[in-house]
Amino acid sequence: MMEVCGSSNVTLREFGCEQSLLSRPDGSASFIQGDTSVLAATYGPAEVKVSKEIYDRATLEVLIQPKVGLPSVRQRSQEQCVRETCEASLLLSLHPRSSLTLILQLIHDDGSILSCFLNAACMALIDAGLPMSCLFCGVTCAIDADGQIVTDPTAAQEKESRAVMTFAIDSTERRVIMSSTKGSFSVHELQQCIAVSQKASEKIFQFYRDSVKRRYSKTL
Amino acid sequence: MKDTPLSNCERDFLLKAIEEKKRLDGRQTYDYRKMKITFGTDYGCCFVDLGKTRVMAQVSCELVTPKENRPNEGIMFFNIELSPMASPAFEQGRQSELSVKLNRQLERCLRNSKCIDTESLCVVSGEKVWQIRVDVHMLNHDGNLMDAASIAAITALCHFRRPDVGIQGDEVTVYSPEERDPIPLSIYHMPISVSFSFFQQGTYLLVDPCEREERVMDGLLMIAMNKHREICSIQSSGGIMLLKEQVMRCSKIASVKVSEITELLSKALENDKKARKEGGRCGFAESMPQERITALKMDETSVEMTDVTERAKDIVQKTEAPPQLVRSPVVPVPGVGQVGQGLQNTWGLEEEDEEETEECDNSDEEQEEKVTKMEEEEHEKEASREGDVVEISDSEEEDVVILHPETPDKTPKNTESRSHQKGAAASKKRQKK
Repeated sequence: MMEVCGSSNVTLREFGCEQSLLSRPDGSASFIQGDTSVLAATYGPAEVKVSKEIYDRATLEVLIQPKVGLPSVRQRSQEQCVRETCEASLLLSLHPRSSLTLILQLIHDDGSILSCFLNAACMALIDAGLPMSCLFCGVTCAIDADGQIVTDPTAAQEKESRAVMTFAIDSTERRVIMSSTKGSFSVHELQQCIAVSQKASEKIFQFYRDSVKRRYSKTL
Repeated sequence: MKDTPLSNCERDFLLKAIEEKKRLDGRQTYDYRKMKITFGTDYGCCFVDLGKTRVMAQVSCELVTPKENRPNEGIMFFNIELSPMASPAFEQGRQSELSVKLNRQLERCLRNSKCIDTESLCVVSGEKVWQIRVDVHMLNHDGNLMDAASIAAITALCHFRRPDVGIQGDEVTVYSPEERDPIPLSIYHMPISVSFSFFQQGTYLLVDPCEREERVMDGLLMIAMNKHREICSIQSSGGIMLLKEQVMRCSKIASVKVSEITELLSKALENDKKARKEGGRCGFAESMPQERITALKMDETSVEMTDVTERAKDIVQKTEAPPQLVRSPVVPVPGVGQVGQGLQNTWGLEEEDEEETEECDNSDEEQEEKVTKMEEEEHEKEASREGDVVEISDSEEEDVVILHPETPDKTPKNTESRSHQKGAAASKKRQKK
């Protein structure tokens, strides 16, 4: 088995984020990682349909809109990943019998799309001011044919890689909330990818902090 | 989720303001809101901002078989997606009245006006044509979705490039953008829709209504026109009676607005073309405003991973190995695999145990139960008689064991289990008899 060598240079592409750019939703954000971009919007807490009502907490609905055509199985599985992550960090029991809707619109897919969805979702939830126990971020790692770890891979890098893993990491203890993997890898490689993601998450959380700080600052 | 209703106070206020020739956002009667056209990273992706209304259009293409009655014409497909992002009142996956109305209007505006040369989309007559699909996503609804959608759709169509196709004999090759430059669609003219809203039974008229104004309006007139002042479609909805003069006046206003918008549109297309030619980065990521307080950008950063390998090793070492549940399969002869060899065979034993317990239970129970048991036994006997036919498989099982005798290098434990298996099978047979 090929082992990952620790000296490879691991980078995150340039990040961009804009909050409350849409007027209608209660919270909105666009998140950009390199060329990959996603637009997120949240509504709620609001009235919930009786059939979806949960008596002790809010119902969270996540919708992912593809660029062309209608949502398919792929989008459904991504929706589930994002929903489970959000449910873990949001304090849903503070809004019983209400609905929260999170809509994610894919704008351009150039790799690491699931992590971009997660980051956009978190920024939109921050913008909406919903109570959360912790923040979360998404990091995608790819292991290429030589066994090198590539973080935040582009679509071309993802295609060439042997395995692609996406982790959602919480901001308090850097624990893994959600993981989604594709391809084959060893236990050791998985642990390495988690360790790399935890390191990378620090940069992303710093970016979250900077952008929120800038937003509430009085001067640019 | 339901939309927040408009209160009577707001309604009265809006109508009174319109009577006084004042609008909520300080515009004049015939003014359009500020329009911004941006492009995505790939071809055929366009964003249109009309005030706070935001719409995205994406054009894609696909090779399909043409319609039978039009064998040498490409197919145009329009889809307006009222995403729940735009307004809480929109629901996903449901065709609302509004979405049908918008879709139909866009089709009439762009397909029925023959602004795109569909014959140039034919590859092999009657067999292969291009289907051009236009997806329009509403991102934020602040009124006048139709105008924004029509501008986004036509701009995206102008921006779109389809892959080049080569035909040699019967073979059709689709070239990737690296091999041959993609080709733009041939567009004859650019129809643009302009909306007029009427208030107080047509007494007052406003161009480009915002969401609040749309809620209190009595009627809506949509005129699609190109820059040559040719009307492509007119639709009046809301059920108001309009005079001939009013329609004429609206068409005159529309012609002015259309020429302004066309100019902006061509300028945006030209700017994008120039930017792409220079090889600079373009797209949504680049269109993000830098000076806004809500936006932040971070350059490419590296993640240090010096102690990653050590940490991973540490975790892997600390965790206990999971208990091995299934031993590795032993292959007695090539082509035959076996799982769970060497374990105690419990097949025969379990059955015996069950029968024993059953007997114990029954002995304690009443006579009625005994009668049923007798019946059961009779059934069992019958089953065993029927089972005679099945017995062939049993004997086969034994045959397998005999056919592949133990190789001398096997451990004695294995042979034991084998004999046990054999014994179990034999005992089973005895039971049945």
